[in-house]
Amino acid sequence: MSSYASNKLMTLREAIARFVHDGDTVYCAGFTHLIPFAAGHEIIRQRRRDLVLARATPDLIYDQMVAAGCARKLIFSWGGNPGVGMLRAVRTAVESGRLEIEEYSHFAMITRLTAGAAGLPFLPMRPTGNDLPRVNPQYRTVRCPYTGVDLTTVPALNPDVAIIHAQRADAQGNTQIWGVIGEQREAAFAAKRVIVTVEEIVPSEVIRSDPNRTLIPDFIISAVVHEPYAAHPSYTQGYYDRDNPFYLAWDQLTAEPGGLERYLEEWVYGVPDRRTYWEKLGPEVHARLAVQPAYSQPVNYGRFD
Amino acid sequence: MEGYTSSEMMVVAAARLLRDGEVVFVGIGQPNLACNLARRRHAPNLNLIYEAGIIGAQPARLPLSIGDPCLVSGAAAVCSMYEIFAFYLQNGRIDVGFLGGAQIDRYGNINATVIGDYAKPRVRLPGSGGACEIAIHARKVLVIMRQAQRSFVETLHFRTSPGHSGDPEHDRARGWWGSGPTNVVTDLGTYGFDEETGEMTLLTLHPGVTLEQVRENMGWEPKVSPDLGETLPPTPEELRLIREELDPEGVYTS
Repeated sequence: MSSYASNKLMTLREAIARFVHDGDTVYCAGFTHLIPFAAGHEIIRQRRRDLVLARATPDLIYDQMVAAGCARKLIFSWGGNPGVGMLRAVRTAVESGRLEIEEYSHFAMITRLTAGAAGLPFLPMRPTGNDLPRVNPQYRTVRCPYTGVDLTTVPALNPDVAIIHAQRADAQGNTQIWGVIGEQREAAFAAKRVIVTVEEIVPSEVIRSDPNRTLIPDFIISAVVHEPYAAHPSYTQGYYDRDNPFYLAWDQLTAEPGGLERYLEEWVYGVPDRRTYWEKLGPEVHARLAVQPAYSQPVNYGRFD
Repeated sequence: MEGYTSSEMMVVAAARLLRDGEVVFVGIGQPNLACNLARRRHAPNLNLIYEAGIIGAQPARLPLSIGDPCLVSGAAAVCSMYEIFAFYLQNGRIDVGFLGGAQIDRYGNINATVIGDYAKPRVRLPGSGGACEIAIHARKVLVIMRQAQRSFVETLHFRTSPGHSGDPEHDRARGWWGSGPTNVVTDLGTYGFDEETGEMTLLTLHPGVTLEQVRENMGWEPKVSPDLGETLPPTPEELRLIREELDPEGVYTS
């Protein structure tokens, strides 16, 4: 019941130290949107080891964490740099056998999280017809008791800790997200502990003026961290754009010998926190990522007092 | 080929396979261009659905990723990743999907996972993502791939998404809404699939391409339609839209 603590506000350093341990299964949520890079960097700085990293798309965040030696295993469903190419650290670690993998399709991966969030041991899907069940024994088959057809099943995924980035939350952790909502809610409900980093901490009245936008309520959240720009080079809808040039540059940077190590040295170990990282990016990058506002129309919930 | 690139021909040929009003599960790159080209030409009511859970997207710029913020602003709806795969794909709400990959065989099975042995891969590729469920649940599946001996192969190293079993009845009994790829567009021509045998069949050659070139760039003797035709070349208007509006930097079409 500790998740009911009235104020869970803390620094990212404190949240990672308290809630992410060596050997944990970690799910850094976010499908392209809201990928919690600041938390990934803090995990690297605190030199966590033997993590099982789970994410549908490992993205650059797990490429960096694998390169930094945080991971012993990767659970995933699409291991590329979106629209660009490969994740070289992940690819090299897999090809050399240093990183164990457990692989699914996107649907199977998300079905695992959904089962975990729903308190079920597994969930079924229509039979897949691909070769993944041949190489991943976690894929099983069950006969439907109603229709008699065969269904493919995957087991629940219950991470030790889920890390979510969001636009805003109140100090208690009621968390609102808009734009691509990916698998954040499923990851939070499936996990034993949940760290949320947010662009803004807002008064509870703001949250309660629009309850439909709250994806994760406070009692599911273990720690709330006010960490603006925590998603860069991913994006936060309405706050800053996806840094596509960075995703393109990553491909070249990691192709150079020692490029990845130099990046980690300068941009992860070399900065104490996200604020310093963001300032170091400089005004040109800030200007490139600025977005023009496009507000939704307010909706009327009605008053009953 | 005169006056246009083979990539432009591929985008145009794929766009023409889309019908107005279809609900399309859009991929990034050439599929995205094909869909947005069709929407500006003959299919203004194409409903663009992106894997990140975006429905009825009207992107104001070319998205680099399938979760780009420009896809969300102005869209009709946004849903979770579980919903996009369960409610939309698995429940048969998607008319058209796109696939690509490193290898394809004559029945439209596709490998986007590994070259070599799975446990000790020579080359590790990104893997399935949404591909497997697109292949089995979209009613129409369009494949856009360049042709070569190493990519059009007799035997796949890994089956990321299934092609034609040769038995659509069996596939429907499994609860699949689709039954493998329906068309393949390459840099040399376009293909359909034989309804009875499930085998890839050459339907048209792009202008200036010979059957000999096709044979040199695939790992099996291709089945050729008795009505083999020539692909209509891109029109000036199609080329203008691609070059001026959809891909002005030539990221996917140069």
